[in-house]
Amino acid sequence: MRALQQGIEVQHSDSHTHDVAHGAAHGGDHGDAHQSGAAASMTGNPLWWGFGLLLIVLAWLAGRVLPVAGVSWLSVSIWLPIAGGVLMLAVGGDPARAGLVRQIALGSAVLGFLATVPLYVGFDVTAHGMQFTELSPWVERFHIQYHLGVDGISLVFLLLNSFITVLVVVAGWDVIRDRVSQYMAAFLIMSGLMNGVFAALDAILFYVFFEATLIPMYIVIGIWGGPNRVYAAFKFFLYTLLGSLLLLVAFVFLYNASGGSFSIEDFQNLPIPLETQKWLFFAFFAAFSVKVPMWPVHTWLPDAHVEAPTGGSAVLAAIMLKLGAYGFVRFSLPILPDASHAFAPFMITLSLVAVIYIGLVALVQTDMKKLVAYSSISHMGFVTLGFFIFSAAGIEGALVQMISHGFVSAAMFLCIGVLYDRMHTRNIADYGGVANRMPVFAAFMMLFAMANCGLPGTSGFVGEFMVILGAVQFNFWIGLLAASTLIWGAAYTLWMYKRVIFGAIANPAVAALADIDRREMVVLGLLALTVIGAGVFPAAMTDVMHVSIADLLQHLAQPKY
Amino acid sequence: MTPADFGAASAEIFLLCAGSLILIVDLLLGDRRGQKTYALSLLTVALCAVLSLAHLPLGDTAQLAFSGLFIGDSLSIALKLATYVAVAVCMVYSRAYLQARGLMQGEYFVLMLFGMLGMMVQISANSFLTVYLGLELMSLCLYALVALNRDSARSTEAAMKYFVLGALASGLLLYGMSMLYGATGTLEIDKVAAAIATGDVDKTVLVFGLVFVVTGLAFKLGVVPFHMWVPDVYEGAANAMTLLVGSAPKIAAFAMAMRLLAGSMPGLSDQWQQMLMLMAWASLAVGNLAAIAQTNVKRMLAYSTISQMGFVLLGLLAGGAVGGGCCERDAYAAAMFYTLTYVLMSLGAFGIVLLLSRAGFEAESLDDYKGLSRRHPWFAFLMLLMMFSLAGVPPTVGFYSKLSILQALVQVGHGATAVYAMLMSVIGAFYYLRVVKLMYFDAPTDQAALHAPLDMRVLLSVNGVAILALGVAPSSLMNWCMSVMTSLVGGG
Repeated sequence: MRALQQGIEVQHSDSHTHDVAHGAAHGGDHGDAHQSGAAASMTGNPLWWGFGLLLIVLAWLAGRVLPVAGVSWLSVSIWLPIAGGVLMLAVGGDPARAGLVRQIALGSAVLGFLATVPLYVGFDVTAHGMQFTELSPWVERFHIQYHLGVDGISLVFLLLNSFITVLVVVAGWDVIRDRVSQYMAAFLIMSGLMNGVFAALDAILFYVFFEATLIPMYIVIGIWGGPNRVYAAFKFFLYTLLGSLLLLVAFVFLYNASGGSFSIEDFQNLPIPLETQKWLFFAFFAAFSVKVPMWPVHTWLPDAHVEAPTGGSAVLAAIMLKLGAYGFVRFSLPILPDASHAFAPFMITLSLVAVIYIGLVALVQTDMKKLVAYSSISHMGFVTLGFFIFSAAGIEGALVQMISHGFVSAAMFLCIGVLYDRMHTRNIADYGGVANRMPVFAAFMMLFAMANCGLPGTSGFVGEFMVILGAVQFNFWIGLLAASTLIWGAAYTLWMYKRVIFGAIANPAVAALADIDRREMVVLGLLALTVIGAGVFPAAMTDVMHVSIADLLQHLAQPKY
Repeated sequence: MTPADFGAASAEIFLLCAGSLILIVDLLLGDRRGQKTYALSLLTVALCAVLSLAHLPLGDTAQLAFSGLFIGDSLSIALKLATYVAVAVCMVYSRAYLQARGLMQGEYFVLMLFGMLGMMVQISANSFLTVYLGLELMSLCLYALVALNRDSARSTEAAMKYFVLGALASGLLLYGMSMLYGATGTLEIDKVAAAIATGDVDKTVLVFGLVFVVTGLAFKLGVVPFHMWVPDVYEGAANAMTLLVGSAPKIAAFAMAMRLLAGSMPGLSDQWQQMLMLMAWASLAVGNLAAIAQTNVKRMLAYSTISQMGFVLLGLLAGGAVGGGCCERDAYAAAMFYTLTYVLMSLGAFGIVLLLSRAGFEAESLDDYKGLSRRHPWFAFLMLLMMFSLAGVPPTVGFYSKLSILQALVQVGHGATAVYAMLMSVIGAFYYLRVVKLMYFDAPTDQAALHAPLDMRVLLSVNGVAILALGVAPSSLMNWCMSVMTSLVGGG
């Protein structure tokens, strides 16, 4: 590991003088990524191959060795990345120490990922309730507890989040030259906070993590984003803040109703009159629907995605959107089952609008990032649809879809990032014939595009199939409308792919393109492995979910008033 | 007058003597007398803290002194300690600023000490007379401090506005007190409460008196519609004076509100609760909306103060909503927590303004904050913490102060107000975020180095880190506020 990092460091410091000259030439315009950096290292450092293999070996080893030790792995997976982030901020923004910062970032991201492996390996798939729980008092005044735990629903998201963080660090390795320490620290801190969201069993603890993720994301979009980044950053922050403050009022209401407890488990067992449930459902809906995002409160997402740097888009799509969907399944469904049933037609309608209408909107996009952003909204419509048809297939399919979308959308954004780093444009019309110059890249992107439209054998198929199955059981016409996504998804993804990758080379800049280097290949290769792995062997995800989903459905079936 | 009376007021008596002594000694010090007076004043504040801490073991028993004019209880000790901290921090932050402008004079610190004495008398008041005495002592010192930069037309204008409106408010307060005295026949706060509780008192006179008292209070707190002076004074006063006006007096104003509303008129809570509710709604709207339009950071923070004081009012009115019991205690504790944490944030934010100001340059325009994160990453980070804390975003302490108020409101059934307050907070978040945007997203326009002395940098860092630390572990401060309010209003 150390040797690897040193090797990378040597490679990086070699190219450093070159970077400075390049940065000066650009007049400090940091929105502009650096073509020559990528082009100069056409093959990249061979140590990246080692890194890719090492990560797999380490993950396997972690699964064998770590579960025996009695360590609070949840706390480790939350606080280790945050500690790494704080350390990087302490090292500072001096460009001379950027190499050290990158090493710390990679080290803490990898360790943070390894810390989640024993959770998965040690998870008892037959047990009910929360596992790996940690409980200690935090704010006695409001009986807020530092209460962590995972069940089959939240477990996989910790792995997904920590894994994507590693890839984002590697993807930003050479590309981010400006304020490296702040960039890497923001991502690592965000990763820890999002692990906290998925592991929190106390409503205020959840809320603190949920809200705190806004700060690093706001900074990431605002500093490293595109030309319209300030607008996007504000829109992102204020939209989400508006929703979450209503959520906070709902939490406080439940606190008073439950006689002074913020425990999510207490909330779930609290009898609430239907009328009250409906109000609370609306408050939860305000917070989570903005985050998902559901139509019609989705408008912040295309802006944020387009303006955010590649890593920001990947994390936003892969993890942050999942926080909203996770909120529905953790809070709305079990705490307010009757209101959920009452509002199910409403939720299903909004979901179908997202699937169909946003799918059509994606079709006419001229900007690649915007297209994938709309595709994300459309896919997330599938997730909310799966939740609100109240069947095992629906909910399980929705969760699988969330994880699959995490991998696929991250991969799509990273692919676009690869192109953007070389061409500085996201406009589809500026491309064409990329396959002639970047065959390896074209192959990878083909796989991810296929996964995005739900090709069997990729992870995208499993979730969509299960949700459609559940929807058809629920109501044939809803199932039919939902299934139309297979057409829209294929249309917008493949049409974009065709226009960008195939055809004759129309643009002289495309003729000068260099294929992906080893660093990029490792990032895309690891994602390709997971996308195929999850598609061929989905039981790895679904087995851990079964018991928790059965419990959730049982909970949903009982009226609470 | 017994020796026990003097014991209860030992900190005030010591401060009066020390302040007078410093006033004289200052004339004899010769060279660099500003520095020496500064050191003596800090020492005086520290000794006051020691004297107040000596009262701490007395615990929850309230000590009346000077025939019921003065009270030493856990609330007074707690708020006095907070005042000492705020005043001492103001002194440290403003030293370099004053030196650079030739304002480093003995009068500045002596006025600060006497102003602090006024705050302490207000905090420990158990009679309308004492409240008024303390208020006037504090206000006169503040007027003089604002006017101290006498060559500046802006400061003079600000002082004039402050004085005229402040005197008007004092007059209203005094008028209201006289009506209450006429109705109840007593000036002592607990006896007024007892007289009102009997129900034999003429309600019309009482309510008239109450309206005037609440108006006076609203002036001092700076809430809508009695907020006009706040932006002008904040903007016009020299930065060091704004720092003082915007911090410690808020603690005293909170104490006054507690003594007058919760202490003397719990029986009229139906009436004052409605007034507070209206003022709180208006403050949240005006404060947050007007702040968006500001280009001057001090004016922006002034409007931010108005909206933050609206939150304090929400806490106070939630306390008045239910007669007695745990809800009352919870709500007052929430208001106290809010006030104390607000003072901490206000000190930090104005501390940054002072830090960036240097000889011949006041960092007053929002544009002066452009690119701060490239020039001074650490102080930009501290300002970021203050801004997110003022906006109420976790993991800063501002989140918990909003949560406390929210809980108090929902507990007494003001759910709609709670939702309204949250919506206004989103509007408020916009202008706090804008400061972060200027510091982090924009390129610097000014490359001047910092000239702040080490003590200020360290204290400012402690101040900023405290906001984060209290946001991660708010328990101790919350429990303290709760225990203070438990001993004041019971319950629990």
